[in-house]
Amino acid sequence: MSHILTVSGLKAAIGDTPILRGIDLVVPPGEIHAVMGPNGSGKSTLSYVLAGRADYEVTGGSATYGEADLLEMEPEARAAAGIFLAFQAPVELPGVNNANFLRTALNAQRRARGQDEIDAVAFLKLAREAGKRLSMPDDMLKRAVNVGFSGGEKKRNEVLQMALLKPSLAILDETDSGLDVDALRIVAEGVRALRAPDFSALVITHHQRLLEILVPDRVHVMSKGRIIRSGDAQLAREIEREGYSALIQEAA
Amino acid sequence: MAATIETIEAVGAATQSGYKWGFETDIEMDVAPKGLDEATVRLISERKGEPGWLLDWRLKAFAQWQAMEEPHWAKLGYPPIDYQDAHYYAAPKRKPGPKSLDEVDPELLRTYEKLGIPIREQAILAGVEGAEDVEARLPVAVDAVFDSVSVATTFKKTLAEAGVIFCPISDAVREHPELVQRYLGSVVPAGDNFFAALNSAVFTDGSFVFVPKGVRCPMELSTYFRINARNTGQFERTLIIAEERASVSYLEGCTAPQRDENQLHAAVVELVAMDDATIKYSTVQNWYPGDSEGRGGIYNFVTKRGACRGARAKISWTQVETGSAITWKYPSCILQGDGSVGEFYSVAVTNNRQQADTGTKMIHIGAGTSSTIVAKTISAGRSDSTYRGLVRILPKAEGARNFTQCDSLLIGDQCGAHTVPYVENRNRRARVEHEATTSKIADDQLFYCRSRGLSQEDAVGLIVNGFCRDVLKELPMEFAVEAQKLLAISLEGSVG
Repeated sequence: MSHILTVSGLKAAIGDTPILRGIDLVVPPGEIHAVMGPNGSGKSTLSYVLAGRADYEVTGGSATYGEADLLEMEPEARAAAGIFLAFQAPVELPGVNNANFLRTALNAQRRARGQDEIDAVAFLKLAREAGKRLSMPDDMLKRAVNVGFSGGEKKRNEVLQMALLKPSLAILDETDSGLDVDALRIVAEGVRALRAPDFSALVITHHQRLLEILVPDRVHVMSKGRIIRSGDAQLAREIEREGYSALIQEAA
Repeated sequence: MAATIETIEAVGAATQSGYKWGFETDIEMDVAPKGLDEATVRLISERKGEPGWLLDWRLKAFAQWQAMEEPHWAKLGYPPIDYQDAHYYAAPKRKPGPKSLDEVDPELLRTYEKLGIPIREQAILAGVEGAEDVEARLPVAVDAVFDSVSVATTFKKTLAEAGVIFCPISDAVREHPELVQRYLGSVVPAGDNFFAALNSAVFTDGSFVFVPKGVRCPMELSTYFRINARNTGQFERTLIIAEERASVSYLEGCTAPQRDENQLHAAVVELVAMDDATIKYSTVQNWYPGDSEGRGGIYNFVTKRGACRGARAKISWTQVETGSAITWKYPSCILQGDGSVGEFYSVAVTNNRQQADTGTKMIHIGAGTSSTIVAKTISAGRSDSTYRGLVRILPKAEGARNFTQCDSLLIGDQCGAHTVPYVENRNRRARVEHEATTSKIADDQLFYCRSRGLSQEDAVGLIVNGFCRDVLKELPMEFAVEAQKLLAISLEGSVG
């Protein structure tokens, strides 16, 4: 079976500043890959480029999703095809009811895939159940999207969206940052619950703690816009112990 | 709450482009020649078989109008209006009532269909004999104003049983002259302003509502206004009276056919609320805004005012303005009765070359009066939108309170939004609060929505509906849905 995500020599820039300098990455179906690396190494840029954010200009290389040329697709088409980006800083949408937003998104994706839409009653049931698993209070569904949410609530809300949208490839951009130990556990369990043969994830993180729960199949270390080393879960522990600098010097 | 739940369907349905209601009905018309002089006023009055007092009232208004200057203080720019180059009277020729829908002019039925009026209501509206008995109870009463003359009035019976009078104002002149004479011009005097004077001289039709003491009107009253004849100014006159402890909710919806020439519209709406009475007046206005270069489109110069005459009376204006090339409109409340309440909830959307100068006036006269103003302004394209409001608190308005919130949302970088709040407080103990914000739809909001699967247009619709939520939730259910669709449609193509 082909890989779900194949990135080859991917280069991207903001304006004249190159940020990704040739990324090679392969994620097979059912695997969880971690991407680690110091601040400014291009991890978030990689996630935005894969999700289709327009501020970044792809200057070289390719990204294939299944058989499709990912870079040719609009962000909403990527979403409908099963890509989900959990934002590092989830965006506030004042006045937009959270449940309504989620259902609109889900039905937009279902329409794009030629599936029937889900009605409001059935959806609310689904959302409440998923919310309960993430220890989210019911009123989070009634509030405006991310408005007045605490940092932890925002991250949980991203994982709730992911649980409901059921992506084939989830990209989690530092979903664990700013979370206390309990919240981290809830979020990590939420992601782990999605583990399935048809679910892959690219988990961007600084911390070993999340990876202890998720147990990634592969760990990639980024520095200055390149992946400088890949390995199994053991690599993350090594980084936790010794830091990035040894790896970076080794690569240089 | 219901409003937001419906957003999904609304934005989903709002994907077609262009002006959805841009059609024109070809029906035989009885049209007066172009031009406006005393003879025109006399002709209108004569055609409508009016009593002498009303003709005199019109003629006095016409004389006042002639002595007045067109106002230009609003932030609006448009070529001079030639008041002599328009027809001031147009009426569909009346025929005896048809036996079934098959006999009804198919053009008329098609118009109703495009407006989304259900088939049974169509039969009643088209005056099919016996249609009213078939469907005695529907939740909404519709008095369709087809051009200047009401084609039919429905649900008269249900309302009559409750003692509510709901009819074209010309019928009211014949059947309830004492009420019309007592209240007409009592809130907006004939010489109030240039456009009100013009309306007073040449108004052709509109609605009349009278809710007697202690009666809650059993249904929402709805009128679909249509402007239909080429070069015909539309001068509606609406008068709503709620006696002591009475309450009524009136819905005004407006659509107009697409055409090249600018059309003048100068309506007057007067509301009177006595002790403990409540009037809720809701408008969804989506007249043709002109094309992307600003050609065509309706000129909308409206005077809307409500008087809370009695203690604890309440008047609430809710408007969603998405249409017209030019909008000049300030629905106002005169808070005369002690403890009376005025509300103004407004969404004004401008796109392309549209211009809107709209807001409200809250005049606090009585003690303990309070008013709330929530105005949401959305500008896109190369449009220009101004909120202009006045809060005036007179010396005797002990303990009066006002809260004003004005929010502007800009889409793109070629549009303008302006907020002009006037406050005149002559009572030391009154409390006046004003909040204002200006924001843009941020790229990261759009990307966030798109990364969840929403199209760019759906994302704009969702964000805009969220921005307007405080106002939309004030609308009756039927209108909330239509309003959400309109917001999305009128902003199509404004991003990206």
